[in-house]
Amino acid sequence: MKPLLEIANATLKFGGVVAVNDLSFSVEEGEVYAIVGPNGAGKSTVFNLISRFYQPYEGSISFDGQNLLDRKADAVADLGIARTFQNIELFEHATVLQNLLVGRHRHRRTTLVEEMVFAPRVRREERKHREAVEEVIDFLDLQPYRDKMIAGLPYGVRKVVELGRALASGPRLLLLDEPASGLSVEETQDMRWWIDDIRKQMGITVLMVEHDMGLVSGVCDRVLALADGAKLAEGTPAQVQADPAVIEAYLGAGAA
Amino acid sequence: MRIHFKTSYDHDIRLFPDWWSFLVYAALVAVAVALPWIMDDFYLGEVTNVLIWAIAGLGLMLLTGQTGQASLGHAAFLALGCYSCVIFMEQGLPFLIAFPLSGILTGIVGTLIAIPAIRMHGIYLAIATIALSILADDVIVLMAPITDGVSGKFAPMITIFGIEIERWTTPDRFYWLVLAITILCTLAYRNILRSPLGRAFAAVRDSEVSATAMGIHIARTKAMAFGISCAITGLGGALMGFYAGAFNNETFSLVISITLLMMIVIGGLGSIHGAFFGAVVVAFLPQALSMGKDLIGGGSVAIPGLETGVFGAILILFILFEPMGIYGRWMKIRIWFELFPFARKDMFKRQKSYLKTERLR
Repeated sequence: MKPLLEIANATLKFGGVVAVNDLSFSVEEGEVYAIVGPNGAGKSTVFNLISRFYQPYEGSISFDGQNLLDRKADAVADLGIARTFQNIELFEHATVLQNLLVGRHRHRRTTLVEEMVFAPRVRREERKHREAVEEVIDFLDLQPYRDKMIAGLPYGVRKVVELGRALASGPRLLLLDEPASGLSVEETQDMRWWIDDIRKQMGITVLMVEHDMGLVSGVCDRVLALADGAKLAEGTPAQVQADPAVIEAYLGAGAA
Repeated sequence: MRIHFKTSYDHDIRLFPDWWSFLVYAALVAVAVALPWIMDDFYLGEVTNVLIWAIAGLGLMLLTGQTGQASLGHAAFLALGCYSCVIFMEQGLPFLIAFPLSGILTGIVGTLIAIPAIRMHGIYLAIATIALSILADDVIVLMAPITDGVSGKFAPMITIFGIEIERWTTPDRFYWLVLAITILCTLAYRNILRSPLGRAFAAVRDSEVSATAMGIHIARTKAMAFGISCAITGLGGALMGFYAGAFNNETFSLVISITLLMMIVIGGLGSIHGAFFGAVVVAFLPQALSMGKDLIGGGSVAIPGLETGVFGAILILFILFEPMGIYGRWMKIRIWFELFPFARKDMFKRQKSYLKTERLR
């Protein structure tokens, strides 16, 4: 079977700095795959390559057999790739419901003129969008916040709303950039069950960047360790954690 | 406090959250329709002016309040709407065709101008659009064979199905015409806000990065916002021309652009109410000032720059003490009464916003 996401020999340089160095890995359909590594290893940069915010210097990225490099950043969502950001990027002056509805944007089928007069078709589509969003709200227990402005919400809830917005788009591949950073122990625990359920109930493939090794070993099938933009180790969480190269990158030579 | 118990998705989709607010707005419209029988012609003219400013303000509000793109070039679009409508009518088109056509034309021109302009952000876009305001003046003079340049044009009589409408001879009919257009523009605005495009506008305003990741084409969305904004502003401009009766290259100056932008800030950015509140301030301020001068007995003394000075002071006070504008203050007062006696002092304190992703690219 062909992998869902395949990155081959990707290289990205910012001036003289090599952010991603000849990196190859692939994510199979239905698995939870984590990228770990020390700060500055290039984890988020890999995400930005997949989202097409950055153009790789060399190499190829393909999703479900299609070349992602042919697409602009705003056409990536259409393939069914949704993402969250490390430092929450929500629409601050809108309600939770509106934020989730923006996630449905790739399913917009109505035209400007129809929307101006609010034609029956717009209403029908709106109902469909709301039904889909309501399922996400149920799934993530966001009911108490549905009509609240993002600007007034605590950090933990914002993280969940961002996950919800990505889910609302109905993705096949979910990119989570540090889903548990800044969360309390209980919130991290919730996040863990959600990621588990996203894979099992919704059948969505998850690729995430995460520092919390507890969360990583709890939900992930495979882990990729990065250092200085290059692959250090790949395998099950236990294998990667035991890898001497990984221990050296995190703790320095001689720590093992 | 009214609690909305939602039982269907339509509760969130429909225009009014409940019967009460529907009745309030219905009553407002009823009073507005009956106004010519209540007020004398002078004040009716003033109210007409408020509505025209509100239409122009709605246009800019869509761009600045909703999509987050400041523009100081909207006087140029007011001028374009005004001149094109009058010229279409001089060519023999009836008002009912010339008027929407002028809006569409202004919208198209606005979109074309937007395509290069939206590459700029924030203050740079504002500065670039100033050029439009200044250019408009020269373009009108240069195109004197069509626009009659410095000598200006007179607005023709509006005829709709044989009914003649003119600002001075039939102020009540003109008022009703403006009122109808105001209501239509407001409805279209509301409809855009509750549909996917309106949410895309807000998304572009708040975070371009994540809007892109959600599949929103930033440049196209901004250009659309520009186009719709300019179209509505163009309609407002056409009405302004009919209201003034005569206009030339100096009617739609940079000062009008600045006034328009100040107006929506004072009214409250990002809300339909804000455009109307701001229009009331802008339209009534000159009258209020001259009445004030009469009161202190200085009616005949001309003070240059008084109006702009007072206007500037009001703007500064608003930005310092009530950045949400009149509408924001109104909401706070309303919530205070709805929650009475449970409103707390710090309820509206601005929340700290968390770190944003560092600039990509």
